[in-house]
Amino acid sequence: MNKLPLFVIGVLCTFAFSWLGLVVYPFVKLGHLEPVPDEETGGYFPPTLSGAAVAGQQVYAANGCIYCHSQQVRPASLSTDIAKEVGPRRTVARDYLRERTVFLGTMRTGPDLANVGLRKTDPNWLHRHLYEPRSVTPWSIMPSYRYLYKMQKIQGQPSANALRELSGRHAPEPGYEVVPTDDANALVAYLLSLKRNYPLPEAPLPAAK
Amino acid sequence: MKSQSLLTSIHPATVPDSLASHERAEIDASTRGPVLLFFGCSVFWLLVGSLLGLVAAWKMTHPGLLDSMAWLTFGRIRPAHLNVVVYGWAFQAGIGVALWLMARLCRIPLLHAKLLVSATLFWNLGVLIGVLGILAGDSRSVEWLELPGYATPILFLAYACIGVWAVIMFRYRRPGHVYVSQWYLLAAFLWFPWLYATANILLIWQPVQGSAQGAVNWWFARNVLGLWLTPIGLASAFYMIPKVLGRPIHSYYLSLLGFWALALFYSWNGMHHLIGGPFPAWMISASVVASILMIIPVITVAINHHMTMKGHFEALKWSPTLRFTVFGAMAYTVVSLQGCLMAIPSLNTITHFTDYTIGHAHLGLYGFFSMMMFGAIYYIVPRLVGWEWPSATMIRWHFWLAATGVLLMVGALTIGGLLQGLALYDPKVSFQSSLDFATPFRWVRGISGFLLLAGHLVFACLFVQMLLKIGHRRTGPALFTESKTEAASL
Ligand code: HEC
Repeated sequence: MNKLPLFVIGVLCTFAFSWLGLVVYPFVKLGHLEPVPDEETGGYFPPTLSGAAVAGQQVYAANGCIYCHSQQVRPASLSTDIAKEVGPRRTVARDYLRERTVFLGTMRTGPDLANVGLRKTDPNWLHRHLYEPRSVTPWSIMPSYRYLYKMQKIQGQPSANALRELSGRHAPEPGYEVVPTDDANALVAYLLSLKRNYPLPEAPLPAAK
Repeated sequence: MKSQSLLTSIHPATVPDSLASHERAEIDASTRGPVLLFFGCSVFWLLVGSLLGLVAAWKMTHPGLLDSMAWLTFGRIRPAHLNVVVYGWAFQAGIGVALWLMARLCRIPLLHAKLLVSATLFWNLGVLIGVLGILAGDSRSVEWLELPGYATPILFLAYACIGVWAVIMFRYRRPGHVYVSQWYLLAAFLWFPWLYATANILLIWQPVQGSAQGAVNWWFARNVLGLWLTPIGLASAFYMIPKVLGRPIHSYYLSLLGFWALALFYSWNGMHHLIGGPFPAWMISASVVASILMIIPVITVAINHHMTMKGHFEALKWSPTLRFTVFGAMAYTVVSLQGCLMAIPSLNTITHFTDYTIGHAHLGLYGFFSMMMFGAIYYIVPRLVGWEWPSATMIRWHFWLAATGVLLMVGALTIGGLLQGLALYDPKVSFQSSLDFATPFRWVRGISGFLLLAGHLVFACLFVQMLLKIGHRRTGPALFTESKTEAASL
C-alpha cells in the first residue's frame, strides 16, 4: 500500500481548516482595524498612547503581570463583569489596536486591569503599591516590585519624584528616599492609560442614568 | 481519505511490530544514542522545571519569598516553569519516545544518529538561551510562547532536523502494516512545524495588530497540546498497552474514528480560552462546539483502551510501564471530558480566570502526558542500554509520589478554583474573598509540588543508575511482583 500522500493531504487539510478560521480570518478581519475619530475633540478612539505608556507595555510584559491580571471586560450576557464594575462596557477588538502585545490574560488572581486607569488616578498610589503592595493593601499577595525603585540618600532637598506616604516598616530609613526608575515610571504611565470608557460604534457606552 | 487499501493495511488484529529479535535489537541499537540523549536531557529539565514550579507555587502564598531580584519575580519564574517543562521535558521525552516508536513500527534502523544528536544539543541550547532570556526579562508575555525571539529560531532549526527523520523513516518503512501509533506520530510531526512557524511569525517576529493575537495565541497553545503532545502520548499508549499485555488493540475502526475526529475537532478548540473576549461571536461559538465534539475522539480512545485492558487489569499489579500508561490513559479521558464541560459558557464563566484552569492544565500535561512518558521510558530504556531497572521499589515510589502528587494538586486547584470563581462571579462578594477562598488550596498545591519533586528525584536517580549500569544484575525485567514475567518479553 502506498497511500502516504492521501494521508498527508488529509492530515494537512483538517489542520488548514482551523488555520483558516482561527488564524487567517482574524488576521484579515481583526488585524487591520482603524481608530475611530472623535468629533468633539478631534482626537481618536482608542486614544493614542504616550511614549512612556508604550515603554510601559514592555515593562508589563517583562515582569509577567499578565500571569495574575487580565485586561478584558466580558459582555453582560456571558458574565457579571459589568455588574462587578470591571468596566463600563465590554471590550472589543478595536480597544487593543494600540498594543504591541495584547495582554488579554487568562488569570484573575488579581483584579482585571482593563480599566485600572479609571479607578486609580494617583501615580503616587500606583508607585507605592508596586513598591510594596502590602503597604496599601495588607491582604495582597501581589509581589513587590522593589527592584524597579532605587533607595538613595537624600542629597540636600528630597527629590521631587520620591515616593510619598510610605509608612511603617515600608518607609525608607531617615535620610533616605525611594525614587522610581524609568521602568517604574513607564509602567505607571501605562497603567494610568488603561481606560476603556470611550464609545465605539460596536461597543457604545450604556446610556447615562 | 480512508481508501480501502489503507483500511485493510492496518489489520485490526495486528500486534505492533512482529520482528525477529535480532532485527529488533539492531533497530533499538540504532536509536540508542539520540533517544537516550533526549531522555537524559528531558530528565534534567524535568528537575529544573519542578523546582521552578515549586518556587512559583509558594510565591502565591508567600509573596515575600525571593522577591528582591528581578529574575526571581513570580512573573518570570512562572513562565520559566512552563517553558522548561514544556520545551525541555515534555517535548524531548516525547520526541525520544516518538523516534523510538517510529523506528520500531517502521521496522527500519534510524540512520545518521550523529545528526540527530547534534540537533538535540542544539534544541537544548535553544531552551537554555530562551529560559535565561525569560528570567532576564526578554519575554513578550505571550502564553506558551515566552521564549524570546532570539531563541525560537534555534528551536525551529533543531526541530526541522529532528522532524525530518521521523518523516523519512515513515517514507522508507518496510512494507506491511501501518499501525495506528504511526498515524498519530506522522501527523504530529507534520502539524508541529506549521503550528510553531505560524505562531512565532504572527506573535513574536511580526506581531499582528490587536486582538487577533489572542486568537493566534490560543490556537497555538491549544494545538501544541492537542496536535503535538496528545498524539505522541496516545501513540505511546496504543503501543504499550497491547505490547505489555501481548494482545491486540480492541478495535481498529475505533482507532480510525478517534484519529480523524481528533484531527478535525481539536484544532478548533483554542478559542474556548477566550469566551467573552474581544472576538466575533462565531469564532468563540465554533470553538465551543468543537470542544464539545471532542467527546467523540475521547470516548472512542477510552473505549478502545478499556476494552483492550478488559480482563487483564491484574497486569497493573506487576508492570510499571502499564501502570503509568493506564494512569495516563485514564487521566486523558478525565481531562478531556473536563475540557468539554469547561467549554460550556455557563460553566466557563465561573472557572475562567481561576486556579481551576491551572489544575486542568496539570491534569493534562502531567496526569496524562508525563505519566505516559514515564511509562514509555520504563519500557524503552532497558532495551537501549541492555540493563534492567535496578529497583522495583524505587519505581513504585516514583509512581505513588507522582500519582498522589498530581491528584492532590489537581484536586486542590479544582476546588479552590471553583470557590475563587464563584466569588469572582458574585457581584456582592468582594475581591478579597476570592483570594481568601483560594489560599488554603494553594497551600495544598504547594505541598503537592514537594511530592512531585521527590518523585522526579527518584526517577532521575533510577535513570542515572541505568546509564551507568549500576545495581545488581537482574535476569528479568524489574516488575512490581517478582513472580510474573512481562507477557511480551522484549
Ligand atoms: C502573584 C500575582 C500578581 C502579579 C504577578 C501581579 N499582581 Fe497586581 N495584584 C495582585 C493582587 C492579588 C491584587 C489585589 C490586591 C492589591 O490591590 O494589591 C493586585 C492589584 C493590582 C493593582 C490594583 C488594582 C485595583 O484595581 O485595585 C494594580 C494596579 C496592579 N495589581 C498592577 C500590577 C502590575 C503592573 C503588575 C506587574 C508588574 C502586577 N500587578 C503583578 C496580584 C498580582
